[in-house]
Amino acid sequence: MSAVTDSPTPTTLPDESGHFGTFGGRFVPETLMAALKELTSEYEKAKADPAFQEELSNMLADFCGRETPLYFAERWTEQLGGAKIFLKREDLLHTGAHKINNALGQILLAKRLGKTRIIAETGAGQHGVATATVAARFGMKCIVYMGSIDMERQHLNVVRMRLMGAEVRGVEAGQKTLKEAVNEALRDWVTNVEDTHYILGSALGPHPYPMMVRDFHRVIGTEARRQILAKEDKLPDLLVACVGGGSNAIGLFHPFLGDDSVKMMGVEAGGHGIVKGDHAARFQGGKLGVLQGTKTWLLADDDGQIELTHSVSAGLDYAAVGPEHAFLQSEGRVEYTYATDDEALAAFKTLSEIEGIIPALETSHALAYVNKVASTMSKDQIIVVSLSGRGDKDVAQAARYLLPDEKPLEV
Amino acid sequence: MSSSTPNRIDTTFARLKSESKAAFIAYVSAGDPDMPKSIEVIRALERAGADIIELGVPFSDPMADGIVNQMAAHRALEAGATTIKVLELIREFRKESETPIVLFTYLNPIYTYGFKKFHKDAAAAGADGILLLDLPPDEAGKNAEMTETGDLLHIRLIAPTTPAERLPELAKSSEGFIYYVSRAGVTGAQTSLSDNIAENVAAIKAHTDLPVAVGFGISTPEQSAEVAKAAEGVVVGSAIVKQVEAYGASDDLGDKIEAFVKPLVDGAKSV
Ligand SMILES: Cc1ncc(COP(=O)(O)O)c(C=O)c1O
Repeated sequence: MSAVTDSPTPTTLPDESGHFGTFGGRFVPETLMAALKELTSEYEKAKADPAFQEELSNMLADFCGRETPLYFAERWTEQLGGAKIFLKREDLLHTGAHKINNALGQILLAKRLGKTRIIAETGAGQHGVATATVAARFGMKCIVYMGSIDMERQHLNVVRMRLMGAEVRGVEAGQKTLKEAVNEALRDWVTNVEDTHYILGSALGPHPYPMMVRDFHRVIGTEARRQILAKEDKLPDLLVACVGGGSNAIGLFHPFLGDDSVKMMGVEAGGHGIVKGDHAARFQGGKLGVLQGTKTWLLADDDGQIELTHSVSAGLDYAAVGPEHAFLQSEGRVEYTYATDDEALAAFKTLSEIEGIIPALETSHALAYVNKVASTMSKDQIIVVSLSGRGDKDVAQAARYLLPDEKPLEV
Repeated sequence: MSSSTPNRIDTTFARLKSESKAAFIAYVSAGDPDMPKSIEVIRALERAGADIIELGVPFSDPMADGIVNQMAAHRALEAGATTIKVLELIREFRKESETPIVLFTYLNPIYTYGFKKFHKDAAAAGADGILLLDLPPDEAGKNAEMTETGDLLHIRLIAPTTPAERLPELAKSSEGFIYYVSRAGVTGAQTSLSDNIAENVAAIKAHTDLPVAVGFGISTPEQSAEVAKAAEGVVVGSAIVKQVEAYGASDDLGDKIEAFVKPLVDGAKSV
């Protein structure tokens, strides 16, 4: 295939009320409608404002460390003996994951909106840390909601948030993970909507969040597209990313959607396997429904009650998938698969040992799929995988599985 | 609304209007603390003089509810409440009473049951209206499967944050009555009412002939009376649910609820 250098056709979705085909929308209590509409119109204005874009790109460069490298994983490629594997190194960003692309964009928007108080939910703690970071940088009060189970398994990130002056509020409801943290953040927002901006951390929730969060992460795919063309003079054959709510995945995929030759694979959390309550793979056995402001695929029982989920990675342990992913799946444009806890841990080990990169457990799900697929592809094919975050936050948990003789870590 | 027989909600408000009295609307979570006791609670609300009963259909993720109603939904689900059992509860109550019933819930359980089928089955069981907290009228045009409401009246929320330009659309799409949420926030009892309730109700009345009921945060007979001066309906929820929580295990749960609700009703009727 010859080099493609012209821009792909941008997709025009969502529509003005946030629908991606039948998915998405704004399913919220009336109290939030005005705030969401204001946020949407202010975001549209900011997006078209060169001064906003300039501040954003300067901060992305100098504060966050963009652009991130597209790194050829030579030893891993050799080991698998198939397609060439490139890693988009979002793990090298300030705070250690892609999440800060969005947190930064949204806090600049909050400033424009005149809001003085920031709230966020977090699962793995990476979005909470990114939000606490930008709140500290811009001198805003910051409250982060986090399930108490997640506070335990990602304690390092709780401490990081507190060190930067954020208040971390534990959530004890339900299964005490990401979904409950989102509920609490929404309740806070309903109550304090006048002075508060909610920095939602994934491509989820009511419009404009799925669109806005995607747009702030598109930089991942825009850079990767330019970088791969510069290095290899052709487009990749396959893009791979893990999918919690789906922000790092949509950020990588979106700028390639018009490139028909590029296949895309989203990897969900298979937990202990696809058995009710033991996984978080919404495209495996999920249903169409409405949760936390959006219509999408989710894990619910026959009575519409949201089911328990499980994943070794807190950031993928969530019952609903972002609506644009539901749309792309229904169109057949992107495929979705899953990796189990064990497969993710094995990939975590592999990347650590042969590339000297400790990945996040979330990211390891994407890597697990690469482990399976690369050898089935030919040596002149290319895979670009989103290395969405680094695994520092996960070392205590990973050590328990991978280094059983190690003294347990404190955080 | 498709039926020609008048809805119990409409006839109740018409009767109260002729008596110059405000409606007292009592909220509890269906199935709390369990199904057999739930019907006792509902009977007690009626005995205490509630004009309309609002029944929460329990959902695992009630994002617009405060801790009291969250816990009630949780208790109900733990005790085995399902959407089908809630409809059975209504059918049971209808054998003995014509007090209107409004369902108060979230979209997902209804959507999973089948939107149209639920509306049909709930009306057949004896429910009169429904308030879906997370289904704004804005979504109806985009989701054809969420438009067929049959004989169940769709009650809409208006909030203090609702901008004036949205009022006509919300007023037009509401049926039965309008539920004015007296303060930004989740459900839950508060010690003080917000000040400008009368003013905001008047602003809504400029756009509709429908009765306006006010809720969120009303917990005392005095507050009940104060709201009854400004609106055609007074909704009390969390304060009653707290009593169910406190006395759920006691043999005289019904009497306890009746004794608590009676003064609240009297408050509303005192003006
Ligand atoms: C490193 C990393 N990758 C991925 C995710 C999953 O989120 P998303 O699907 O929005 O990218 C998280 C969430 O916490 C994360 O920390």
